[in-house]
Amino acid sequence: MKLELRGVTKKFGDFTANDSIDLVVEPGTVHTLLGENGAGKSTLMNVVYGLYEPTEGEILIDDQPVTFNGPSDAMNAGIGMVHQHFMLVPVFTVAENVALGSEATKGVSLDLATTRKKIREISDQYGFEVDPDAVVEDLPVGVQQRVEIIKALVRDAEVLILDEPTAVLTPSETDQLLGIMDQLRQDGKSLLFISHKLREVRAISNDITVIRRGKVVGKADPTVSTNELATMMVGKNVQLVVDKEEAHTNSDTFEVKDLSLVAPNGVPLLKNVNFTVHGGEILAVAGVQGNGQTELTEAIIGLQPKATGSLKLGETELMGKSTKQILRAGVGFVPEDRSTDGLVGSFSISENLILDLFDRKEFSRAATLNRSAISKNADRAIEEFDIRVGHKNDAAATLSGGNQQKIVVARELTRDLKLFVASQPTRGVDVGSIEFIHKRIVAERDKGVPVIIVSTELDEVYALADRIAVFFHGELMGIAPADTPRGVLGQMMAGATYEEALASADFGSDVGTGAATVEQSENNLPWAEGENR
Amino acid sequence: MSTAVLDTPREEKTEIVKNWKNPTILSVIAVISLILLGFRAPAKQVTFRLGDGIRWADIPNLQIPAVAYGWVAAVVMIALALFSLVLMNRGKKMPLILNVVFWFFFISGILVWAIGSASSSNVSLVSILSGALALSIPMIFGSMGGLLCERSGVVNIAIEGQLLFGAFSAVLVGSMTDSPWAGLLAAMIGGVLVSLILATFSIKYLVDQTIVGVVVNVLVSGLTGFFFTRILQANPAELNSAPKLPGFEIPVLSQIPVVGPVLFNQSVLIYLMYIVVGLIWFALNKSKWGLRTRAVGEHPKAADTLGVNVNRLRFSNVLMAGAVAGMGGAFFTLVSVSTFNADMTSGQGYIALAALIFGRWKPLGALMASLLFGFSLQMQFVLSGLGTTIPTELLAMLPYVVTILAVAGLVGRSRGPAASGKPYIKG
Repeated sequence: MKLELRGVTKKFGDFTANDSIDLVVEPGTVHTLLGENGAGKSTLMNVVYGLYEPTEGEILIDDQPVTFNGPSDAMNAGIGMVHQHFMLVPVFTVAENVALGSEATKGVSLDLATTRKKIREISDQYGFEVDPDAVVEDLPVGVQQRVEIIKALVRDAEVLILDEPTAVLTPSETDQLLGIMDQLRQDGKSLLFISHKLREVRAISNDITVIRRGKVVGKADPTVSTNELATMMVGKNVQLVVDKEEAHTNSDTFEVKDLSLVAPNGVPLLKNVNFTVHGGEILAVAGVQGNGQTELTEAIIGLQPKATGSLKLGETELMGKSTKQILRAGVGFVPEDRSTDGLVGSFSISENLILDLFDRKEFSRAATLNRSAISKNADRAIEEFDIRVGHKNDAAATLSGGNQQKIVVARELTRDLKLFVASQPTRGVDVGSIEFIHKRIVAERDKGVPVIIVSTELDEVYALADRIAVFFHGELMGIAPADTPRGVLGQMMAGATYEEALASADFGSDVGTGAATVEQSENNLPWAEGENR
Repeated sequence: MSTAVLDTPREEKTEIVKNWKNPTILSVIAVISLILLGFRAPAKQVTFRLGDGIRWADIPNLQIPAVAYGWVAAVVMIALALFSLVLMNRGKKMPLILNVVFWFFFISGILVWAIGSASSSNVSLVSILSGALALSIPMIFGSMGGLLCERSGVVNIAIEGQLLFGAFSAVLVGSMTDSPWAGLLAAMIGGVLVSLILATFSIKYLVDQTIVGVVVNVLVSGLTGFFFTRILQANPAELNSAPKLPGFEIPVLSQIPVVGPVLFNQSVLIYLMYIVVGLIWFALNKSKWGLRTRAVGEHPKAADTLGVNVNRLRFSNVLMAGAVAGMGGAFFTLVSVSTFNADMTSGQGYIALAALIFGRWKPLGALMASLLFGFSLQMQFVLSGLGTTIPTELLAMLPYVVTILAVAGLVGRSRGPAASGKPYIKG
């Protein structure tokens, strides 16, 4: 089935999210929509899937114009979608999730047996290995994603939209997905693949359409070099590597010893984690999301009261101290979700810049805030960190993701730090701000501060790291040097120790299977972005 | 390659997590029971009559010496509490069946003790239990109404209002038409009207569901109070004396000793309750509507992307909930008594909500929880009827104390429908 978009425009009030987009997906091909976060990819997909109505333009299926009043119209027309945030009910079984919306019935009662049979058929055909009776929340992310694909296939989808499907996968899960996509393509399905990860895009696409700020800025061939694609996507020549010197470590240390944490249901979240970060180096923590990285940073800042072990900053023991005491001891912390943990959206920019400093002498007198000092501090930070604001008293929520993140980073870096911990420092941030934030992180390192960066984006890890720590199921799989190949890190992210991963990389030459090891040269791309927000 | 097998999740060894709350509660209760039931037991025989309502045989009475039974109950409870402490030290929970045994001895022990302490110690077990069942009716219907709402993602604080307006409509229409069936229908419509306010404001206009619910309750209380004093009391014979819903005996089943007369010789509203609970259980777990309702309550966006109209389903479920809760309201004026009184539901709608939570948002769970609360309500009447030494004010608190203990103490953190209370906004 052929899907075509002609002049599709979507406006939200004054804001144009998509500006007359033209696009053709031929049957049996993978057409990639490439663009940065916020370029309008997800909006466009929601238009195609009937969740939004286009302001102008039309959608054609096999050259027939169609209009969708909702997702069910799109589904009936043969369009299926694998959403970026899975649309699965966590407490339902696979069969229940697949049946929902197009339930088979026997009399008045639900007929899940038919659904189970269909799931098994599709699962066997594509080698998905999905158990129809498993409860979705117990399944690994990669399998959940296949449930999403099954959902589309059960409904006889001929056009499949995959919205940033690799954002949540390990490198080898990603390769499996690319394999599945290839199989679907060979079955004659039309695939529309949304991504900003150049490596995957080049590995799987037949056609590439690049969009920027809601407009198509060009079409490209998958053979085009990554640099060219990157430039098209961002719109300017981007610096591919962060300029940084060799690390000069000093005698300051932050030492984590036997750090463990158990969830209330008995699942271990951190298992005897041991490592030391020296002053003047960046330790980047890599791993697929949900393998204990979040808990590690929260334990360091005192947000996990049940953690055990020792966290020594120089001679000071941080374990058992309150978050405030830890902040006062000189720990700077950038939480992974700025909108819920890093900022108060309805507070002004100036206020957000002193959220954890408000009771210090410089900003308060007795029980009142020192408004003029707060205002001066805001002017200085806005200037120094190049925060693009309308006015410093505007609510922080009105700013773009990149500028919000700069507020958080500015707040944490204006103090004299003894340790800097940043979790996903550039998630959902535009490229310009990424460069800036990366530079500031490196500058902090060069001041001699120990720095810990947690990132699920390997590109960011490579851009910043002096050493790379990999977490899997709460366990530190090892600390690898910064120039460790992607394939080896991928193995570690899937549960191999550094030594095991190195060994298998030596003996089996095609370790990371195919695409993962092909593009080693791209390791230094700074597309450190997570998800669209 | 020995590693990187990604499809099978690695078997996780879970650590032992010790949660001392339940063993501690059991221990404290066991010790209190030892003092109360054992050392302070009344030196009397307690007689339970078992034969009421049975015609084909003469069933002997159950004679229980209060002292001996008190000691047995206390010793068993102490033993079980100790056992649960030992188990928890190894990181295990006590099996459900032993928990049931514990609570059985506690409740029966208290029952024997309380009746033994009263001036008359001869009671009919059948009338205690059938009274408890009857008193649970509004709470059962109320919690089913709450369940229909909450499982589809709308918090229903307005159960109280639905019960009260159901009771009011039932008496008004029942008196006017002289037909209890018309009254029952009116009760259902009354409940739907209250639901209509809740649904319109919380689903259409996205007002906070809890606040709308509370406001609706206050509105209904004020409205019915006004009409009661101004209209019903002006002409009580014509407007405030509804005929009662009939009761009947189900042949054969009603002749099973104790259980028969309790369950199968009742008002028609109770038989309706069996049907409603059964239907809701079946529909929620086995039907297409149930799957969609549960999906909408857990992850409305997922349902929306599969073509389920989230807000329409929620709207219709809230209206249905009103009809069900309204039937519960009919109990007050068509079964219990024949006249309406201002605020006669006295917070039972809130207890129904507690029962829903205690029953973990499941039809049968909510049924059991409502029965427990109904039993505690009944105990209050039984004990004051027997002339107990416990002050009546304290007894009147009993159902509410049980509610607090049940919801706060025993349930702990229970997981409700994930999207409950959150309005769904498309896009």
